[in-house]
Amino acid sequence: MTTTKTRPALARRLLRRPSAVIAVAWLVTLTAASLGAPLIAAHGPLDQDLTQVLALPSAAHPLGTDSLGRDLLSRLLYGGQPALLAVAEALAVHLVVGAGLGLVAGYLGGWVDHLTTRIGDLLFALPAIVIVLVVLSVFPGNLHAAMVTFGVLGSPSMIRVLRSRTLGIRQEMYVAAARVSGLSDAQILRRHVLPRLTSTVIVQAALFSGVAVIIQAGLGFLGLGAQPPAPSWGGLVADASQVIDRDPWMLVPAGVPLVLTVIALMALGDAIRDTAVENWSVSKLAASGPVAPPPVAEEMAEETAGTSRAPDPDALLSVRDLTVEIGGVPVVQGVSFDVMPGETLGVVGESGCGKSVTALGVLGLVPGGGRVVRGRVVFDGVDLVGSPEGLARVRGSGIAYVSQDPMVGLDPTFTVMAQLAEAVRRHLGTTREQARERVLELLAMVGVPDPPSVARRHPHQLSGGLAQRVLIALALAGRPRLLIADEPTTALDVSVQKEILTLLHTLQRRTGIAVLIVTHDWGVVATLCHRSLVMYAGQVVEQADVEPMFVRPLHPYTAGLLAANPHQAVSGHPLVTIPGAVPPPRDWPVGCRFAARCPHAADDCRAAPVALVQPEQARLTRCLHFEELVDEGVRR
Amino acid sequence: MTARPLLEVDGLTVEYGQGRAPSLRAVDGVSFDVRPGETVGLVGESGSGKSTIARAVLGLTPVHSGEIRFDGADITRANRGLRRTLSARLQMVFQDPYSSLNPARTIGQTLAEPLLVHHRLRPAQVDARVAAMLERVGLPAQAAERYPAQFSGGQRQRVAIARALMTSAELVVCDEPVSALDLSIQAQTLNLLSELQRELSLSYLFIAHDLPVVRYLSHRVVVLYHGAVMETGPVELVYERPAHPYTRALLAAVPDPDPRVRSGRHDAPVAAAQAAPRSSAVGCPFAPRCAHAVELCRTERPPLLPLRGDGVAGGAAVACHRAEELISTGNDVASGTVAAGLPKDIQMEET
Repeated sequence: MTTTKTRPALARRLLRRPSAVIAVAWLVTLTAASLGAPLIAAHGPLDQDLTQVLALPSAAHPLGTDSLGRDLLSRLLYGGQPALLAVAEALAVHLVVGAGLGLVAGYLGGWVDHLTTRIGDLLFALPAIVIVLVVLSVFPGNLHAAMVTFGVLGSPSMIRVLRSRTLGIRQEMYVAAARVSGLSDAQILRRHVLPRLTSTVIVQAALFSGVAVIIQAGLGFLGLGAQPPAPSWGGLVADASQVIDRDPWMLVPAGVPLVLTVIALMALGDAIRDTAVENWSVSKLAASGPVAPPPVAEEMAEETAGTSRAPDPDALLSVRDLTVEIGGVPVVQGVSFDVMPGETLGVVGESGCGKSVTALGVLGLVPGGGRVVRGRVVFDGVDLVGSPEGLARVRGSGIAYVSQDPMVGLDPTFTVMAQLAEAVRRHLGTTREQARERVLELLAMVGVPDPPSVARRHPHQLSGGLAQRVLIALALAGRPRLLIADEPTTALDVSVQKEILTLLHTLQRRTGIAVLIVTHDWGVVATLCHRSLVMYAGQVVEQADVEPMFVRPLHPYTAGLLAANPHQAVSGHPLVTIPGAVPPPRDWPVGCRFAARCPHAADDCRAAPVALVQPEQARLTRCLHFEELVDEGVRR
Repeated sequence: MTARPLLEVDGLTVEYGQGRAPSLRAVDGVSFDVRPGETVGLVGESGSGKSTIARAVLGLTPVHSGEIRFDGADITRANRGLRRTLSARLQMVFQDPYSSLNPARTIGQTLAEPLLVHHRLRPAQVDARVAAMLERVGLPAQAAERYPAQFSGGQRQRVAIARALMTSAELVVCDEPVSALDLSIQAQTLNLLSELQRELSLSYLFIAHDLPVVRYLSHRVVVLYHGAVMETGPVELVYERPAHPYTRALLAAVPDPDPRVRSGRHDAPVAAAQAAPRSSAVGCPFAPRCAHAVELCRTERPPLLPLRGDGVAGGAAVACHRAEELISTGNDVASGTVAAGLPKDIQMEET
């Protein structure tokens, strides 16, 4: 992360890339050499030396000579000038017409867009090379006219790409915000739209200039550009092709500069693009920073009390010392808990605390290429860690999963019936007919009104609440004994949320299924859960039955989170807050991870990792000073 | 408070149309006002038209009919020039702090934008102003050099608040400003908003679906359903004695964070309340979901009238034919049955 006052200029940052250095070096050398041709070349481009016809490179002729004994280096350099100029002309026209019209069409929309798009389509339909040849027949030998025409004819691709990108950017909220700030259209285009288009424009321009190099060479090859005997790159290739049987070497000085120039343009385009966006692109930021894992506190091996080291044989799910790493960085460390049959356990915390990763870790489905590196997940007596067969057996039929966004959880291309029937047949191995019946049963069970009609629909025809019910029905298809629900109500409206909570509660009463629910909403915990564990920065910081936890939290983080709930707030009084924010996994401290935000933190908190302790029956807290909290609670 | 309203919205109707398809009425005859220094909360579920109202006030969406006045002047169809002038006083904080800041612009560049429009300041003055505002919202001044990707959601929302306050804003429209934030960050942001309101005597039009959040910050509240006002009044009155069955259902649906209450833990009917058909032109929009609906509710749209019980100025107003008789039945009886009640006469909408 660069926080320095002066960021180095684009050019200097660009030259930190080796590919850019090589590309720039080639292009600069070529340009300088072409401009300085009279100084560099020992011979004039038209000087003939008939004693040295089709010579190989020598001291007098570094690149050899052609069929009339003319120096190839000299012809190459003198020919470079019109070639580079031609490419520059075409590119300039291409950028002005293509980028200008693309931006305007995308941003203004309406009839401007319509007209521009139609004109673009028309240009697309024209065979560019034929038109260029026509132009050349009207203006014989005028390469400028030809390249300007080519720039215009090549612009529709740029118009198209920029238009669609601009259409998207126009809908972005920061454009609305800029409009609210009173910025004019021109200001919005320059400040908000153009910076987002930089990379697209550069890539398009690099591609186009590569093509322009080839086209101008092609025109030279056909003898339509500079008229012989004037030197041109295309003409060199043409000359070489005529003597290819006698002097194959000549193709090298004629062709290689062309190829190198095209490659250099592409490489430079890529490098400029990467450099221009490296400051703000998220992936770049994520990749920077320390790659090595941060100092990881040695997890307390003694594990004083409470959750014993061995999995609980009575529990349905017994997780011990679960540690999950994503990209080599631990994001969940030493998490242990049990879920009893028929119990609802809530996992509470803010984003970035590892709640969801813990839930997915149980199923062996850690996102982002993460993996469970340590610990045991014992479900119904079988350890699932490192046992793909065990996981495959358990997923769906032992443990089911309900995700936060119901629309993401359902496949948009299949009907509800198809998706549910597939799950039913997979898990229960029934016939088609039986599966259909079971699907309707399941839909009725989750309170879907008129199951046959809902079963025929596709997911996009369902409301959010209905989709979440279908997802729950899908989860229940394999008659699981544990349901893992990751923020199942967060994306829903409040009245629908209540319906889903009631449904989960009712299902649990009727089927005896155990539920592990991940949530940040204390209301959900209070409504649904028997016990709850609070996670902070990848660790369990408190675990208790729900009522005692709400009434008398024993960890300052739990207390802070409970107090921060606006539900308890009194208008006019500031809300109780926890200062600061959850540290990212790379910045976890050695000592108590909450110390930086904790009103009770002392030196001993920061010194060493804090162990979970059992202050009383069925309660755990990872706090050295929980007594202070208890005293405080009594005073309140 | 009898001061002249800063913002008056009068019979606002917004329709979205797509080509020849029948237009969708997102906001239907909504009226309310915001007085200086006051926070008015707009609550309702998704599709209730809250955000559309905000966009209409800011001129980001065309108005079908009705009038919006700011400080007495009609701004319903204000042109770009008037909007530019207006933007110094009327500002907005958007819902999603991730997409409301341009990732390609530094925080400093973003914050300087409102100043470009309204003040001719030298670069040094702009920098000083940006630094001062960053500090005011609790961010280090060096944040100006960085890009949004380097900040957390809570920090970005602070930046968005700072942007709204760069010029001397009087009314800030806050569209779900804390719904994307974590609990502890949400509380920090709400505190910041109320501190700033006191310091700068700001008015807020505060839009949220989270009822406790609206209650905490608002003085008055407007309850919306399907684009129409169901109930409006002082926040304490509406929350403590909701008169409209929809308000009651909404309030009853909020899960109580007290395990001793366990409000949702009854074996209630598991049927889903159907997404009601888009309200008919006649009748109460909530009638299809209302447990108290009678024939009158389906044939005649109830007007928004002050409750007779407390007919004093500044009391609550309700759009319900049966408000008077329902309020006497007490809130507890009504609340439970509404949210999950599935009216028998509603057929599934086939799409």
